[in-house]
Amino acid sequence: MSAILNDETKKVLTAPLVNDNPITLQVLGICSALAVTSQMSTSLIMALALTLVTAFSSAAISAIRNHIPSSIRIIVQMTIIASLVIVVDQILKAFAYDVSKQLSVFVGLIITNCIVMGRAEGYAMKNPPLESFMDGIGNGLGYSLILIIVAFFRETLGSGKLLGIEVFKLTKDGGWYDPNGLMLLPPSAFFIIGLIIWAVRQWKPGQAEKVEFKIMSIAHGEGGHH
Amino acid sequence: MPKNKVPCKHMEKWCAVLEKNEQYQKFIIYKDKVLALGNDSLEKTIAIAVALCLVCAVLVSFAAVALKPLQIDNKAADMKKNILDVAGLLEEGADINTAFSEKIEAKIVDLETGDYVENINADEFDQRKAAKDPAQSVAIPKEKDIAHIRVKAKYAKVFLVKEAGVTKSIILPMHGYGLWSTLYGFLSLDADGQTVQSINFYDQAETPGLGGEVVNPNWRALWKGKKVYAESDQPSLEKGLITEADIGEPALSLIKGVVDNTKPSAQYQVDGLAGATLTSTGVTNLVRYWMSNEGFAPYLKKVRTVKGVKS
Repeated sequence: MSAILNDETKKVLTAPLVNDNPITLQVLGICSALAVTSQMSTSLIMALALTLVTAFSSAAISAIRNHIPSSIRIIVQMTIIASLVIVVDQILKAFAYDVSKQLSVFVGLIITNCIVMGRAEGYAMKNPPLESFMDGIGNGLGYSLILIIVAFFRETLGSGKLLGIEVFKLTKDGGWYDPNGLMLLPPSAFFIIGLIIWAVRQWKPGQAEKVEFKIMSIAHGEGGHH
Repeated sequence: MPKNKVPCKHMEKWCAVLEKNEQYQKFIIYKDKVLALGNDSLEKTIAIAVALCLVCAVLVSFAAVALKPLQIDNKAADMKKNILDVAGLLEEGADINTAFSEKIEAKIVDLETGDYVENINADEFDQRKAAKDPAQSVAIPKEKDIAHIRVKAKYAKVFLVKEAGVTKSIILPMHGYGLWSTLYGFLSLDADGQTVQSINFYDQAETPGLGGEVVNPNWRALWKGKKVYAESDQPSLEKGLITEADIGEPALSLIKGVVDNTKPSAQYQVDGLAGATLTSTGVTNLVRYWMSNEGFAPYLKKVRTVKGVKS
């Protein structure tokens, strides 16, 4: 492995998993993480689609980065990302019709997913294609990891199933588990992602943001300066 | 003119042709010139934008065209699945095509007369395509166009479920505008042409979680047993809630909130979708439109008579 992957490649592949995770640290790509995670199957397809789009768009943008006119930089990135997303959408409609119906607009919304744009602008514009590709894969995997964790809790607790296979027998089928309906609604993903962010920041305190300002205490009086 | 070598490994023959081509040489010279320009020059900006658009357009159109046949098959299978579903015949794991051809019979109905049309092959007829063809469609007068669809096909494709020669359900296609999208769906009625068995929408792009809940099985289950047409109802007539003219008109609608089942009007009412007033209104309008004289009312009237539908 080490012969193929140099240090930079290794770093861009593994850092986004925990240390620099796009969802928990950068808090990007939240909207689709809320929308598609009520089932594991849709989450997996979404994760795969986003990973591929991020990787290939980063590689393509990186390949032409020295010739992108700065005045239309963002539009060039968007055009490449949008084309790839349309291709992915067409492939899903051809080979995974049911999943593409469930994902509905969210595949198209990969175009506006902050992770893809963020990596294009933040990494691919300054680095060579192979590293950018790996960086896209790494960030896609970081996103996937969170999606899978959230979907795991939402599907098991919300419908007693995992990937459509029964895990807990539901009371309505004569079992013991009374499903938690909240888990099927988007807000539950907020709670779970919040808990994950909290857990990660407890584990790695360096990730917690510095306090930008302090709310003034009344005792300091009107001036407000120390 | 300096000859530019084409980077070539496997297709020497083609490359040789390209190298001789004057236009290609000009293109290479221009390409080198543009790429050498500063990134902020106007010419390079425009050239890069045009080139990028060309490449992306080719990529997107190639994907769309190459995958089209598979997508059409998927759509057709999905439609059959939805028809089986609305008829309550969908079984997990069963082959959709065989189940469909065994249990469901497609018929073409002339919307104006309500009779069956036999000289059109029902398997090949596509109502959505027909609606777009001026020869096979009619414009809907504005005041009657409550479903906001502007044109309708002259003929509609209905599906019958028969058991031992007796019609069990009539499945009618409907479409109309919701909030963002045209909703396409089916309404399945009992053989009396009045009682709803089920409804489903197979193609819609309403807001997921709000209007998109039209596909929610729990909400769809609320439709079972509802009545489409207002029946003669003496108490309501006396109270002035309905007039003689209302009898026989489509009365089914979505209401805000939850239906009060103690009231007689409950049989014509279904709970609206929470947070999706415009989609709910759209669904009411499209059901009423397709059940009116503009839609299937002439056909359903004939279904109810003893003589049945002429063919």
